[in-house]
Amino acid sequence: MREIHVDDIVSVVERLFIDANIDLPDAMYGAIRDAIERESSPVGKEVLRELLRNADTAREERMPICQDTGLAVTFLEIGQDAHIVGGDLTEAVTEGVRRAYRKGYLRKSCCHPFTRKNTGDNTPPIVHTKIVPGEGLRITVLPKGGGSENYGEVRMLMPAQGKEGVKAFVLEMVRKGGPNPCPPITVGVGIGGNFETSALLSKEALMVPVGKRSDDEELAAMERELLEEINATGIGPQGYGGTVTALDVHIRMAPCHLASLPVAVNIQCHAHRIREALL
Amino acid sequence: MKTDLRRITTPLADDVAGSLKAGEKVLLSGFIYTARDAAHKRFIETLDAGGEMPFDIKGQVIYYCGPAPAPPGKVIGSCGPTTSSRMDVYAPRLVSLGLKGMIGKGKRSEGVKGALKEFRGVYFGATGGAGALLARTVVAAKVIAYEDLGPEAVVRLEVRDMPLFVINDVHGNDLYEEGMKSYRK
Repeated sequence: MREIHVDDIVSVVERLFIDANIDLPDAMYGAIRDAIERESSPVGKEVLRELLRNADTAREERMPICQDTGLAVTFLEIGQDAHIVGGDLTEAVTEGVRRAYRKGYLRKSCCHPFTRKNTGDNTPPIVHTKIVPGEGLRITVLPKGGGSENYGEVRMLMPAQGKEGVKAFVLEMVRKGGPNPCPPITVGVGIGGNFETSALLSKEALMVPVGKRSDDEELAAMERELLEEINATGIGPQGYGGTVTALDVHIRMAPCHLASLPVAVNIQCHAHRIREALL
Repeated sequence: MKTDLRRITTPLADDVAGSLKAGEKVLLSGFIYTARDAAHKRFIETLDAGGEMPFDIKGQVIYYCGPAPAPPGKVIGSCGPTTSSRMDVYAPRLVSLGLKGMIGKGKRSEGVKGALKEFRGVYFGATGGAGALLARTVVAAKVIAYEDLGPEAVVRLEVRDMPLFVINDVHGNDLYEEGMKSYRK
C-alpha cells in the first residue's frame, strides 16, 4: 500500500487547471495547423490561422486561451492499493480548483441554476472517480466551456434504429449547434450502458487523443464515416462555411439492456483543453 | 500593424455600416461596450421603467463578452465573444434606439436580422475561443455600469484593430447561411 497526501493532490490539481487553460495541447495545436491545408474556404483558413495565433498569444502572455475557463471537470483513477492521507479527497480537489481559478486569473463560471448567483470560486468541481488496479492516482482535468456543453444530449433510441440511428442523432446535434459550440469541434459519443453511463462514456470519449481511432474496428469505421459526414455539412470553422467542421469524432461503447439503445453526444469546442498527471 | 484589411472606427457612421458586406473581415478601433445576459436584462428593465441607458447607444457597438479577470500588469484578461442568441430577445429594442453594431458569435433570430435591416445595423463575429488574441487588441478597459454583476458588468473597452467578420449586413445577407450553403456536399 502506498500513501498519497492530500496536499500533493491540491497542488497538482491547481497546476493542471492553470496549465490546461493557458497551454493548448501540442496535439490539438497540430490538428488545427494541419486542418488549414484541408480547409477549402479562405475565410475558414483565416479563422484557423487566428486560432493558432490565439494559442501562441495565450502561451506567451500566460493568459487563458478562452475567457470561458469552464466548469472544473476532474477525472480521478485511484489505484486500489493507494491510501489517501491527510484529509478529504474531494475537498483536496475542490481546494486545488479554488486556488487555480484565483491564482491563474481564470474566470469563475459556476452559479446557482435559478438565481444565477456565482459561487465565487468556480467550485464545486465535477469529480468522477474510478477504482483501478495499482497504487497510483491519475488525475485528468478537462475545463469545459458552456457554449459547447449546451449542445450535448442523451437520447434513448429504439434498438431497431441501430447504427444508422446513432449516426443520424450525432449529425442532428452537430447541425443544431452550427456555429455556437465554436467549431472546429471534437465530438464525443457514448453508446450503450444506461442513461447515465452513456453520458459519462461520451465525456470519456473526448479524452481520447485527437487522431486516435477506436480499438474496435467497427467503431473505428463509424468514427471515420461520421467525421466525413460532419465535415460535409458545410458548417466550417466558426460556422462561417467550410470543410473543417470537426477535428475528430471518438466513440465509446458498452453493453446495454435488451430494450434500450442509449446514446449520448458531448461536443467540445476547438479549445480542447486537457491535462493529466500521475501521482 | 500593416494590413490590406479595411479599418473601421466607432461610433459607426451610417454610410460605413451600410457599406459593410457579409463575409468581409475588418479591423475595428475605438470604444465598444461589453454587455451580456444580466446587463441586457437590466437595460430593458431600466428602459421599461422610463430610465436611460447607462451610456448613449447611438452609433455605438456592444460586445457580448464576459472577460476573464485581468492578470497583474494587463489591461484585461482573455475576452472572446459569448453566444449571441441569448441576447436576441433584447437586441431589436436596442437597435431601434440607435445601437449600430453588435459583436458576438453564433446565429441571430429573424427578429434581430429584421431590426438590422430596418435600422441599418451590423452584426459582427469575433472568433469564439480566441480570447487571448482579442485581449491583445484592448488598450483600455473601464467598468462604467453594473459593477455588482462581476464578469457581467458593463465595461467600456478601447480597442485597436480588433479582428472581426461581418456576419449580418444591412442588406439582409447572412454569412452563416451563405457560407454553409457554399461548402455543403
